[in-house]
Amino acid sequence: MKIKADTGRCIGAGMCVLTLPQVFDQSEDDGTVVVLDAEPPADLAPAVKRAVQLCPSGALSVEE
Amino acid sequence: MTEATPRLATFPLARERTFDPPDELARRRDEAPIQRMTYADGHEGWLVTGYAESRAILADNRFSTRTELLHSPIPQRGEFRSEPLTPGFFLRMDPPEHTRYRRLLTGQFTVRRMKQLEPRIQEITESRLDAMEREGAPADLVESFALPIPSLVICELLGVPYEDREKFQRDSAVLVNLESSMEDIRAAIKDLLAYLHGLVTMKAKEPTDDILSGLAAGGELTTEEIGGVGLLLLIAGHETTANMLGLGTFALLTNPEQLAAVRDDPAAVENAVEELLRYLSIVHIGPTRTALEDVEVGGTLIRAGESVTLSIGAANRDPERFEGGDALDVTRPAHGHLSFGHGVHQCLGQQLARIEMRIAFPALLRRFPNLRLAVPAREVPLRSNMAIYGVHRLPVLW
Repeated sequence: MKIKADTGRCIGAGMCVLTLPQVFDQSEDDGTVVVLDAEPPADLAPAVKRAVQLCPSGALSVEE
Repeated sequence: MTEATPRLATFPLARERTFDPPDELARRRDEAPIQRMTYADGHEGWLVTGYAESRAILADNRFSTRTELLHSPIPQRGEFRSEPLTPGFFLRMDPPEHTRYRRLLTGQFTVRRMKQLEPRIQEITESRLDAMEREGAPADLVESFALPIPSLVICELLGVPYEDREKFQRDSAVLVNLESSMEDIRAAIKDLLAYLHGLVTMKAKEPTDDILSGLAAGGELTTEEIGGVGLLLLIAGHETTANMLGLGTFALLTNPEQLAAVRDDPAAVENAVEELLRYLSIVHIGPTRTALEDVEVGGTLIRAGESVTLSIGAANRDPERFEGGDALDVTRPAHGHLSFGHGVHQCLGQQLARIEMRIAFPALLRRFPNLRLAVPAREVPLRSNMAIYGVHRLPVLW
């Protein structure tokens, strides 16, 4: 699993950080997504999927 | 689509039960999640009550939020579309204009920044509870708890003196009252903007550590634009969490088992707040959007220029997404609700609202384990006449 984040689309709602703080963070500057771990362990897959679903701007995607 | 029942003429507001959206909306949802509705000005637009359809529309930038394109789903706000947009009021802008304002603010509302506010929010909450104890029962929970907590927090964040609250709480109430005349609304906006412009000018000269000073020092926005941003954040900060705390406490008092879970189990609080957000859906009218081009949603073709009005309450109880959604169940997985919206306009202050509620609900219930209504439930005055639902007052004893 590889996480891709489009900071151009991101609106800084913070849903990914709320869902999975060990994988996602927000830039101090403009609040947009920072991926801390683009290839997280497989057991986090359900939470990653939820973060992708909850993202309001469609900025996150996962490649299998 | 076949029309089994007559087309709805404007959006229904009359509720049969305090915590449930009007039955008409659930009936319409079960019949067809998108269907025709006649708007207050005669426009033939759409009513959207399904979860998936609502989410798809909110995520789609081909639907605009610009006031001049919107038809009003209720008679009370029919004249709105001819009003000029307040500079900086980015709730009523589409990308890329909207993006410019939002980006200047998102850094101030990150999960981390909001977590840093926790000790201060706890302090404010405890001091309100102390004051309630001192003054004794009965108390109006709205006036003594639900409103002052978010009000103090948003004032400190923005850099608006809390001492001036009488003024802006009054203006804010006029703006969300559906019965206010256009004249009163214009006067309240003018009054609030004059106040905020004065404040911003002062902060440009003598900056303090707050959002308005930061925007003034940033130099990217004019004083007028910062005033409009301040207006939006001040109203949003006042009329939302305050009503969640008031109506949420009322709902918990009506459901003692749910209340006990929130009071006694710290691990239950996080999800309980999401469930209260879902169940109460205090944004009870709309939002409304207008298609900028022809768009197909769930097999229905929405033509360019047609308005769509969502019912967040109906969508948040759509059985396709939330089974048994008419019941308050603080243990149900409630994530994914649409109470903060979805798409690029999703609530900027949602992480602040979450933290305020996660602190305030359990603190209140633990301080007053015997908290109860001081009047029969049917006598609690409901905010059916306001753009944001809730209770006007909540008389309580402990």
